[in-house]
Amino acid sequence: MPALVLLGIFMVYPILWSLWMSFQVGRGMNFSFGGTANIVRLTQDPVFIRALTNTLLFLAVQVPIMLVLALFFANALNDSRLWGRGFFRTAIFLPCVTSLVAYSVIFKSIFALDGIANQTLMFINLIDNPINWLSDPFWARVVVITAITWRWTGYNMIFYLAAMQNIDRSIYEAARIDGVPGWARFWYLTVPLLKPVILFTSVISTIGTLQLFDEVNLLTQGGPSDSTLTLSLYIYNLSFRFMPSFGYAATVSYVIVILVGILSLIQFIVAKDRRA
Amino acid sequence: MSSPLALLGRAGTYLLLSLAAFVSIFPFFWMVAGATNTSADIIRGKGTPGTALWDNIVKFINSFDMVRVLFNSFLLAGLGTVLTLIVASLAGYGFEMFRSRFREKIFGGLLLMLSIPFAALMIPLFVLMANFKIINTYQAVLLPTIASIFIIFYFRQATKAFPNELRDAARIDGLKEWQIFLYVYMPVMRSTYAAATIIVFMNNWNSYLWPLIVLQTNEMKTLTLVVATLTSGYTPDFGVIMVGAICATLPTLIIFFVLQRRFVEGMLGAVK
Repeated sequence: MPALVLLGIFMVYPILWSLWMSFQVGRGMNFSFGGTANIVRLTQDPVFIRALTNTLLFLAVQVPIMLVLALFFANALNDSRLWGRGFFRTAIFLPCVTSLVAYSVIFKSIFALDGIANQTLMFINLIDNPINWLSDPFWARVVVITAITWRWTGYNMIFYLAAMQNIDRSIYEAARIDGVPGWARFWYLTVPLLKPVILFTSVISTIGTLQLFDEVNLLTQGGPSDSTLTLSLYIYNLSFRFMPSFGYAATVSYVIVILVGILSLIQFIVAKDRRA
Repeated sequence: MSSPLALLGRAGTYLLLSLAAFVSIFPFFWMVAGATNTSADIIRGKGTPGTALWDNIVKFINSFDMVRVLFNSFLLAGLGTVLTLIVASLAGYGFEMFRSRFREKIFGGLLLMLSIPFAALMIPLFVLMANFKIINTYQAVLLPTIASIFIIFYFRQATKAFPNELRDAARIDGLKEWQIFLYVYMPVMRSTYAAATIIVFMNNWNSYLWPLIVLQTNEMKTLTLVVATLTSGYTPDFGVIMVGAICATLPTLIIFFVLQRRFVEGMLGAVK
């Protein structure tokens, strides 16, 4: 019974806490502006539109690349005949333990104007002139996407690997004896069996990318000319860098909530469809 | 079995894996090499060890009150981890052990809250902290992170494997609920605690956005914030920053290597 009391304190308290939190947002908005003023401002705000498109662009490009890579690596590492499994697994997972700040800095220096990335590319004659990675809108996005993919692929891979190890080996044996080729075993057996995990990781990655902040703030601070500005960064700028505008920032943050909701729903529906 | 095509495929797999391993490890090598070079050399792409290591270390130590910064970082990450584990394991235990009509509803509500992005909570939380007048304190950093829904979820999943007979036997022996939790549950669940420790410690140690918002003076800053501050100038000294990056990475790296097996097990437990 005393445990129940403790539980009450520790469980109900945070619940009430976050409930109150959500009221705070609503109240804060109504207090300062009232009604739909913020939503109107939203549709007329070019910076917001840009942040939204950037975020969706990162999402559309980065999440599929990362999940496909993670799935591929997990599948390769799940092969018990593979030599050096432990090494590859540790190596690919290693980026996950780095501090966000540390890896952002490292990427910043690697992609400096005269940095090692440009030198290598010039050395193997892929480019003639150094690319100004972080000052060019297109390449800045490429660097951000590369950095996030570097950091999170191993993380997703571990989830897939864990799930693959729960799959009954005999299914594969049966398929192999029936003469099903390797790629087909992967596509028609592994992928469907992993669907719950794939769904889980895609939801988690979607939420993560929609909330993208640390990397862009440290790598580019949203620049050049807002080309890597994300919604989270915009919210931060609105609340803590420019003139504090909590109400409007809260409206922008609810755009993220709605996006997460919609995208998660789509992902669930897509996953259900495939089952049929 | 080993047709030329299959062999080719295998070679391709190894090639891709090696490439991935190289890409994964190279930045670590770059960080260590960078710590021994001057900033100009790093920007110029020098990847071989240099001689500026000592200079960089001295500069790094002198840039902030490092003793204080390290103290802040370890205190926040350590205390945060302990508190989170206590709260989350109690909650997970309670959710699984006690039946009530609202249990599944509350739990569903919790999972729903998990999908609310932090950006949406950031402002109300900040306003709340300002109302409590605890901006720029340790409490402000810790309070919102302690009741981690993800870890509660994780503990509940793990508690499903806790044998009910053990609890019933303890009850018959006349142990009170808190005694069961302390003397039976906790020892049995040690590997769950170990895995959760790693996850929570890493999260807290690397935490950036929330501390950035609530910690405002230099003597409260954590290592993560200090390294970030060093990078934000117009002419960041990359050699010094690399020393900082190593300091920021080392604790999690050590924890990962020491508890690697448990970590993978922990992730496994979370998926099931």
